[in-house]
Amino acid sequence: MISLTSPVETPFHRWPAGLKLAGLSAATFLMFLTDDPWLLLAALGGVVAAYAIGGWRFLAAGLRLLRPVWVFVVVVAAWHLYTADLVGGSAVVLRLLAAVGMANLVTMTTRLSDMIAVIRLLLAPLRRIGLSTGALEIAVALVIRFVPVLAQKGGNLAEAWRARSPRRAGWRIVAPLALMALDDADHVAEALRARGGVQ
Amino acid sequence: MERNIVLIALFAALIAALGLVPKLTLISGVPISAQSLGVMLCGTVLGAKRGALAVLLFLLLVAVGLPLLAGGRGGLGMFVGVTAGFLYGWVIAAFVTGWIVETWRSVPLFWSAFAASVVGGIIVLYVPGIIGMALVLDKPLAVATGFATPFLPGDVIKAVIAGLVTAALYRARPDSVLSRSR
Repeated sequence: MISLTSPVETPFHRWPAGLKLAGLSAATFLMFLTDDPWLLLAALGGVVAAYAIGGWRFLAAGLRLLRPVWVFVVVVAAWHLYTADLVGGSAVVLRLLAAVGMANLVTMTTRLSDMIAVIRLLLAPLRRIGLSTGALEIAVALVIRFVPVLAQKGGNLAEAWRARSPRRAGWRIVAPLALMALDDADHVAEALRARGGVQ
Repeated sequence: MERNIVLIALFAALIAALGLVPKLTLISGVPISAQSLGVMLCGTVLGAKRGALAVLLFLLLVAVGLPLLAGGRGGLGMFVGVTAGFLYGWVIAAFVTGWIVETWRSVPLFWSAFAASVVGGIIVLYVPGIIGMALVLDKPLAVATGFATPFLPGDVIKAVIAGLVTAALYRARPDSVLSRSR
């Protein structure tokens, strides 16, 4: 499975993941505290400049990742044009674009392995007090492996349905798909136990 | 132990797989994705604790950058965006849905799974979802509620499907529907 990390190398790829996540949390928190459109415009400017450092292809990929936000930008802009509260409206739109853009920037410049290393680090206190984090690690690996497996099985079920019926399968394949997941779970659990189980 | 871990992981994967099902568009033009159906099923099949853990695991993988949300979306941006409240709400939704199915055993499973999905997967889910929209868009709660209501018919349909699927799974593998078997 391909993660959302950008293949275009930027200087931010080399920054420590923990630092980027901490900075992102702090910046997002501050952005939700202020209502000053000029401050938020400066924040958005900073985010755009950071994307620009990565080059055109990187910037374009960042814009694609913002797709789910545009609808709301249009709705809010229309709302505030109607109520003639342009200052309030621009603060909302600028904050939304800056916050989501910045979060996406961290996602695009941090490799999956680095993210997982941060999670391991955050879980270290749990290990110290004697809790096992092996369960979480095996679960993460299982999900990554099983998303394509279940997607494939769902595709097969839909195809088999189409061979028998002119209509789309729709929700009718959900029950057999969930049943396959339950049966797979039994087999995988057995295989894990046979290999010594999860510590 | 192993079986619980694997079930949690596989239902997290099931939520992701349901995100790949093409969106259905209602007559009103509102798209509905099958993904929140996966959240309901986590509750109705795995029960409160395991269901909530499966959703949490799924969200963790979205947060670290895997494009598992419907339409190939993902990443940290989803957790500060307009619909972020619904993502956080999924965890509570799966828990409440599972808790109701575990507790209310005096009716056939379809009815308790359907009712649990309506209460957990819609009513309980919409509370953080609407609060999140109101905060991010800086609008009164009533307006944010207005933005969410077009999705209501689709979610009721999903609750019916969750009930039907849970009942079908219980007929086929009674031991695997953990919300009822223990």
